[in-house]
Amino acid sequence: MNLETIAIILGGLTIGSALMVIISKHPVRSVLYLVLTFFMISANYILMNAQFIAIVNIIVYAGAIMVLFLFVLMLLNLSRENEPKSSIMVKLSAVIAGGTLFTVFIAALKDGVAVAATTATDADSIGLVENLGHLLFTKYVLPFEVSSVLFIAAMVGAVLLAKREKQIIE
Amino acid sequence: MVLATIFQSGVSIEFYIVLSTILFVIGMIGVMIRRNAIILLMCIELMLNAVNLLMVAFSTYFGQADGQIFVFFIMVVAAAEATVGLSILVMAYRNLRTTDVSIFNKLKG
Repeated sequence: MNLETIAIILGGLTIGSALMVIISKHPVRSVLYLVLTFFMISANYILMNAQFIAIVNIIVYAGAIMVLFLFVLMLLNLSRENEPKSSIMVKLSAVIAGGTLFTVFIAALKDGVAVAATTATDADSIGLVENLGHLLFTKYVLPFEVSSVLFIAAMVGAVLLAKREKQIIE
Repeated sequence: MVLATIFQSGVSIEFYIVLSTILFVIGMIGVMIRRNAIILLMCIELMLNAVNLLMVAFSTYFGQADGQIFVFFIMVVAAAEATVGLSILVMAYRNLRTTDVSIFNKLKG
């Protein structure tokens, strides 16, 4: 079993679990399929020698963001019965629009890569935490610091929104 | 013999272009056919992940680490977006008792 077969099987599994996210009727099931999709995408990252991004993807997405989604779903107590439904015409036109976008993207991107793949012998180590951490604290140190400001803004916004309105007025 | 990257062992970059385009389109179709606002946010996360996948693929393909740094920043922005979006949804649910996206018609006043 060579690497190409593994990549194709993994890609098929990724697409399958992503499809189940939008097909399954129950919201909790959608969240669980999305967690599965993120694990599949992490497996793709490992296949591409991006070990740090793969671990961060599991910790941040599958670990933190999806747990947040699950908490909100449990809090709101949504079920299959009160799940809003869209008409068959809307679904049909959405699939047609998506297929059109897919065709346009593939037509635009299919022969856009004119540069050959790198042949550097150390290319398998660029995804390691040592290399990425060095780059993050030298070349990209300003965006890194600015993103902490973004996080504080998001945290303050979330706390402010989650308070009840009466408390804000007082 | 250990091969350096996956792209030197027969997998073409077009495979990952097609894969991430399909994932992006699935996310976009999900935004259009689902009316639960939480599922909509999840589909946006799926679209962001499709872009991340393509960026990591090109980063490995060209042997440059910059693409993976940008993936890191996209994750930061996605986390911030998810928190604020979900807290807005929780507040809308408290007032209107539904997460149907058509409630946002009421913002017209």
